Amino acid sequence: MTATLLDEFELGLDAPICLTWELTYACNLACTHCLSSSGRRDPRELSTDECKALIDTFERMQIFYVNIGGGEPTVRSDFWELVDYATAHHVGVKFSTNGIKITPAIAQRLADSDYVDVQISLDGATAEVNDAVRGRGSYATAIRAMENLHAAGMRNFKISVVMTRHNVGQLDAFKAIADRYDAQLRITRLRPAGRGAETWHELHPYPEQQRELYDWLVANGEGVLTGDSFFHLSAYGEALPGLNLCGAGRVVCLVDPVGDVYACPFAIHEQFLAGNVRDAGGFERVWRESELFLDLRSPQTGGACTKCSSYDACRGGCMAAKFFTGLPLDGPDPECVKGHGELPLAAVPAGSTPRPSPDHSRAVPVTIGRRPDRACDTSPL
Amino acid sequence: MSTKDFDLDGAWRLHPSVAVRPERFGALLYHFGTRRLSFLKTPALLDAVQRLDSSESARAALAGAGVTGGEIPAYQRALAGLAATDMICERAS
Repeated sequence: MTATLLDEFELGLDAPICLTWELTYACNLACTHCLSSSGRRDPRELSTDECKALIDTFERMQIFYVNIGGGEPTVRSDFWELVDYATAHHVGVKFSTNGIKITPAIAQRLADSDYVDVQISLDGATAEVNDAVRGRGSYATAIRAMENLHAAGMRNFKISVVMTRHNVGQLDAFKAIADRYDAQLRITRLRPAGRGAETWHELHPYPEQQRELYDWLVANGEGVLTGDSFFHLSAYGEALPGLNLCGAGRVVCLVDPVGDVYACPFAIHEQFLAGNVRDAGGFERVWRESELFLDLRSPQTGGACTKCSSYDACRGGCMAAKFFTGLPLDGPDPECVKGHGELPLAAVPAGSTPRPSPDHSRAVPVTIGRRPDRACDTSPL
Repeated sequence: MSTKDFDLDGAWRLHPSVAVRPERFGALLYHFGTRRLSFLKTPALLDAVQRLDSSESARAALAGAGVTGGEIPAYQRALAGLAATDMICERAS
C-alpha cells in the first residue's frame, strides 16, 4: 500500500468501497456485545420497495458489494428476494447470520450462487465460551449451519469471530473449525458499541492478549480475514495486511434498518449520524454532501497521538472505540498498545460515557409462547 | 505468477467476472467470483487494462496507454499481480 493511496482514501471516495447494511433490528438472539443493540424490529424499517430502490442506487454508484447484517437479517420475510435483487443488479452480497435459517435447502441455494457469501457468527470455539456471550444453544445452531453449508458443497464461507479475553486463547481451535468445514476464518475487534458499550470492560482482551493476537495474526498472514479491524495493533511493529486506516465516512459506512446512514458499523449514535436514505437526494447525497462525512474526510489533527513514534502505524486507532469509552477523539485508543489509553480511561468519570442510541434491545428475554405486548416484540422467527 | 512468467506478448483480457470502477488515483477492481478487491494505482494502468481486450498483446495495450521504455517493468509487475489473482486472464488470440 503506497502512502499516496492511503492519502486518497483519507480524503474519501465518491462512493464507498463497500458498506454495511443492517436490514433489521429484529433478532432471535440477544448477544451481550451486540453492536446495534438489536432485538425488536423497528416499525419504521425500510420496505421491500425502498430496499430495492437503495440497491438501484448502490448499482449506480458501483458499490461492488454490501455486507448485510442486523439483527438477524434472514428473519426478514423478503430477505432472499432482496439478495436475489441485489445480485441481479451487480451488487454482491455477503451476509452475517447466527445460522438459524441455514437449512440444508438454503445451504444448497447458497452453494449454487457465485455472488452470495455467508458469514456465520461464532464467538467461542466451544459452546461454553460462545453461549456465555451469544446465548444458550447458539453454538449448536451455528455448527449445524456450518455442517449444512459444508454438506451442500459451499466452500470458503466465513466464520466470523469477535475477539474477547475468553476466546483469544482459542485462535488455533477456531482455525481448526474453519478448516474442518472448508471455511475461512474472519476475526474482528470487539467494539464498545451498542450493548457492547456496557460489556466491553469485562470482555475486551487483556493487554498481553493483544500481543498474543498480534503475533498470531502475523504468523497466519493473509489466510485469515480481519476486516482491517486490528490496525491499532500495527503499532507493535510490522503493519498487518489490509488498509490500516479508519475508513469511516471515507471508504465505508453503515445503513441501518430505518435508512439512517452512520459513519461506520461501530458508531450507531447520533454523533455519527450523517443523514437518512429517505431524505431528498437519498443515499448518494448523504455520502457525498453530508457535513459529518465531509468533516471526516478533512485532515485530522491526531492530537496528542501525533507526537508518538507509532502514529503513522496506528493513526490514533478507532474513533468509535474512543467515543463509547468516553475518550477524546483526537487522543489515544482505549486499547493503545503503548498503554497510552490507560490513564485517560481511568480518568473517565463513572456513568459519563455516551449511552448507545437507538436501543432495540428487548426489555426482557424472549421466551417461547410469551404473548407479545406490542407488534414489534413478536419473535422474528 | 512471477513477473518474468507474465507474457507481455500474449493476448490478455479482463476476467468476465471483474467490475471496474474508475477513481481519481486509478481504479478499483472487484472480482465477483473470488470476492477480491484490487487497486489500480495509476490512471495509465487503468487505461492499459481497459485496452487489453482490443489489443493484440499486453505490450501493445501498455504502448496504447503511453507506457514505454523504463516504465514497462513496473507495469509488467502490476499486470503479473492482476493475473495471479485472476483479475485478468489469457485470451485466445
